[in-house]
Amino acid sequence: MRWSKLGFAAFTMSWLGGASLLAQQAPAAPQARFVVVLDAAHGGDDSGGRLLNGQPEKAFTLAMSVRLRSLLAVRGIQVVTTRESDQTVEAERRAEITNHAAAQACLSLHATESGLGIHLFASSLAPSANAGGGVRFLAWKTAQSAWVTRSVALEGDLNSALLHAGMSVTLGRSSLPVLDSLTCPAVAVEIAPEMSSDKTVAAELDDPGYQARVAEALAAAIVEWRTEAARAEAHP
Amino acid sequence: MIPRHQAVIFSILLLASLVMGVTLWELREHAHRRLIAGQDSAPTSAPQVAAELQATLMVASDSDGSMPAQLHALPLPTDPGARARAILGKLLDIYAAADAAHPVPGGDGSVLEVFLLPAINSGAAADAANGPQLAVVNLAGSFAANHPSGIETETLTVLSICGTLHANLPRVSQVRFLVDGQVRSTLAGHADLTRTYLTGEPVLTEGRQP
Repeated sequence: MRWSKLGFAAFTMSWLGGASLLAQQAPAAPQARFVVVLDAAHGGDDSGGRLLNGQPEKAFTLAMSVRLRSLLAVRGIQVVTTRESDQTVEAERRAEITNHAAAQACLSLHATESGLGIHLFASSLAPSANAGGGVRFLAWKTAQSAWVTRSVALEGDLNSALLHAGMSVTLGRSSLPVLDSLTCPAVAVEIAPEMSSDKTVAAELDDPGYQARVAEALAAAIVEWRTEAARAEAHP
Repeated sequence: MIPRHQAVIFSILLLASLVMGVTLWELREHAHRRLIAGQDSAPTSAPQVAAELQATLMVASDSDGSMPAQLHALPLPTDPGARARAILGKLLDIYAAADAAHPVPGGDGSVLEVFLLPAINSGAAADAANGPQLAVVNLAGSFAANHPSGIETETLTVLSICGTLHANLPRVSQVRFLVDGQVRSTLAGHADLTRTYLTGEPVLTEGRQP
């Protein structure tokens, strides 16, 4: 008798669980949410590179993340950041935050004194056959391979916006520990001193005007990316 | 008057002292002759220098991210591993120069060894003599510690090493990096050194309006 009650309870719970599963599998309503993850590289114990004025890279990337977050929020875009202060965040934790956010774009912000202009990097992983996210399990270190094609498209939008703002851009593919584990379109943005027409330094990294122009151009690119995503959703 | 037995003992001790003195003198002379002989056996002629051969170096430039090929005549050893090390040493010498387009301190001594092994998952185990190869480049810790930090500069260093190896040893299709014989997570905080690089990976390009 007791066992039959337990069996009934187990059946009821499994039925309820099944119903819950069915509810989860039912087609969801079209999502209007558009989330962008801003990853201010380095932080805490990891200072990153040393910039010309002695400022550590971690401070520059955090300042740029805060500035860009404000610009995107004003444009009605939901922003998730991987860090809000000078704290150590491991690469795995950054990827976890980004992947849990189910973002439509992720920008990993870096800075350097090497080279000139803005350097954009998508993951150098080869696109996988499961592009589009139709797979349930992905290898952690190569998860980005399913989104590389979209990441390259995002890189193209960023390139257009930055060139439109009069900046020089270098496009590349690289293997970065955080980038390769992300399950969304993701680009690493490395900001170097601004290049003039005669290939000399026009503005250093600590120039507030230069920082503002870079942030504005990146925000414009994200807005364009959102428009393209909305268009693709309306006309699949 | 000295007793007879004391005179005998004195004579024996005197004789023993003389014998020991002569023996020590002979041993000293023998050691001296051996030392002179050792010095004589040292090479007096200069070592033979390997013949100069053309090497193709993929030299990176930070300003535009390009990596054009440059030809250099270098004395190269015949052993492939030693040859790869010599070529990479020349590449890093160029980067260590004062007016380098891709400045990285370190130079020739930054490449400790280059090991050439059959490529991973190449399926060519039976054709070890002609199949694709994996190059394991062991860099000095001081090179990684002093490398400028940045995605572009680190990526250019990695790609130029991969490209240079492939240009001179066409069988090299994969490259892995060690630092002081150990696996290291990144070169200087950015470029991943835990993965196997393919020598055909794309280089950087300048952004242009579509």
